[in-house]
Amino acid sequence: MSELSNQLEKLSYQAQEISNEASQLAATVMGSSQGHSDFLVFGFTVLILACFVGYYVVWSVTPALHSPLMGVTNAISSVIIVGALLAAGPIDSSLSKIFGLIAVALAAVNIFGGFVVTNRMLSMFKKKQ
Amino acid sequence: MSGISSVLYLFSAVLFILSLRGLSHPTTARRGNMFGMLGMAIAIGTTIASPGVLSYQEIGIAFIIGGLIGTTIALRIQMTALPQLVAAFHSLVGLAAVFVAGSAFYNPSAFDIGSVGSIPTGSLIEMAIGTAIGAITFTGSIIAFGKLQGFVTGNPLVFKGQHFLNLIIGLVIIGLIVKFCLVQTPEYFWLIVIASFAIGFLLILPIGGADMPVIVSMLNSYSGWAAAGIGFTLSNNLLIITGALVGSSGAILSYIMCKGMNRSFINVLLGGFGGEQAAAASGEKDDRQPKQGNAADAAFMMKNCSSVIIVPGYGMAVAQAQHALREMGDLLKKEGVEVRYAIHPVAGRMPGHMNVLLAEANVSYDEVLELDEINRDFSSTDVAFVIGANDVTNPAAKTDKTSAIYGMPILDVEDAGQVFFVKRGMASGYAGVQNELFFRDNTLMLFGDAKKVCEDVIKGLEN
Repeated sequence: MSELSNQLEKLSYQAQEISNEASQLAATVMGSSQGHSDFLVFGFTVLILACFVGYYVVWSVTPALHSPLMGVTNAISSVIIVGALLAAGPIDSSLSKIFGLIAVALAAVNIFGGFVVTNRMLSMFKKKQ
Repeated sequence: MSGISSVLYLFSAVLFILSLRGLSHPTTARRGNMFGMLGMAIAIGTTIASPGVLSYQEIGIAFIIGGLIGTTIALRIQMTALPQLVAAFHSLVGLAAVFVAGSAFYNPSAFDIGSVGSIPTGSLIEMAIGTAIGAITFTGSIIAFGKLQGFVTGNPLVFKGQHFLNLIIGLVIIGLIVKFCLVQTPEYFWLIVIASFAIGFLLILPIGGADMPVIVSMLNSYSGWAAAGIGFTLSNNLLIITGALVGSSGAILSYIMCKGMNRSFINVLLGGFGGEQAAAASGEKDDRQPKQGNAADAAFMMKNCSSVIIVPGYGMAVAQAQHALREMGDLLKKEGVEVRYAIHPVAGRMPGHMNVLLAEANVSYDEVLELDEINRDFSSTDVAFVIGANDVTNPAAKTDKTSAIYGMPILDVEDAGQVFFVKRGMASGYAGVQNELFFRDNTLMLFGDAKKVCEDVIKGLEN
């Protein structure tokens, strides 16, 4: 029994050592490269994978619902509001902030408009007995 | 981006994927839309909670104003005007992308991409590309909206050297982007915007009104790529994932539309289809006279047959005939007639437009079938009732190699025992081609406004 706990202790010690090394390595990698150029490759990976997801998901949409599909995609493409909010965020006013606020309003038109019109369309698709 | 917000953004990306997934069937579609709203709420909430966002009041006002406008429009719009609405909404996404990129350029520190005058080249390229796509989406969608709404002529506007001019502007934009990355001055940013506005305008002008389904889908796709472009500037995966979803969705819809017309995407983009040919065709005199019927005949015949397939097209939408048509269908069903609807992929002015209009008129969605689901059944059907469709029923597409629509998949209505063709006059359809179907022995023309004809048939059925 005590042997087992000894081994366990040893193992956990080793694991901690490895994790320490790994975090050191990660820190050096982070330090040596500029965060942003790193993101370009990462972002591209995400983009390509998301294109594949989109491809399979969209082909499974029934043709009868292609109009609602356009409504939903229109609404979610306004996720660009994330950028608009960051731009409009600072307290002090500047040209950049005004641009941000305009973009917030434009995206909001789209978000509400897109989801509401899609909901209207979908509520009409009924099966009668 | 802190750890928690990254996870929340990922969560909302997953919700967006699920919202599209829900559209695979009408029974799950509304839940899908809910997922989309939830995803958007999480994305917005997460961003507002981030430390750089402090001006809650101004943001709240802008958001509420936009939200009210959007909701009001969406609640008031007529379903026949959906294509215009979607085009108009796309233009807003494009414009928002331009503004976001602009504010990133003027205040890069809010986005963690350096400071004014020393933005990393990678970010500048992403910013410039996002701006260009956004600006093209904006003016392109405005023109598409104008054409669908009738503010701009639906005829293709072509002039000599048009494609050459577009090429030059395209090269100028690339040159401007390079220069912009080198000098980082606002003039070049705005020149990119102006040149992209111009090319968006010029790209859509030569494209005819009935090619708009392809164009609206394409602009849908562009609005997605614009969002993805901004996602790179912000190093935000949510924007990249969503942009890619929307981008591929629009691209697939464009592909489906092109296939429905047997045209290549390039052919649609080069434009000019419909206009000249239509003029040439109307110049040719066709001496043949089609057989003409009346609503009472149609009512009598349909009442006494066992199956009817209704083929609606854009003309039904224009005449707002969907409700009268559904009433006609109901009366026929009461007489024991099997009534179904056949939808061509390019019927209407946007993908799935006819399905929405029929759903609006309370037609059960399991009676509405797609081309490949129903095409074989025409030969075993007594009556085909074509209302507002034209080119998609032309048998010449299968036989006449010289026809402008040769090779286009069509609904085989001529195989039905009797065809009733509701039409206002003898004008040719959008492709400018005479419809051979009019002169078949089993075709009777019902001339008149689609809604009026339906009402007359209803009267005939009630007697």
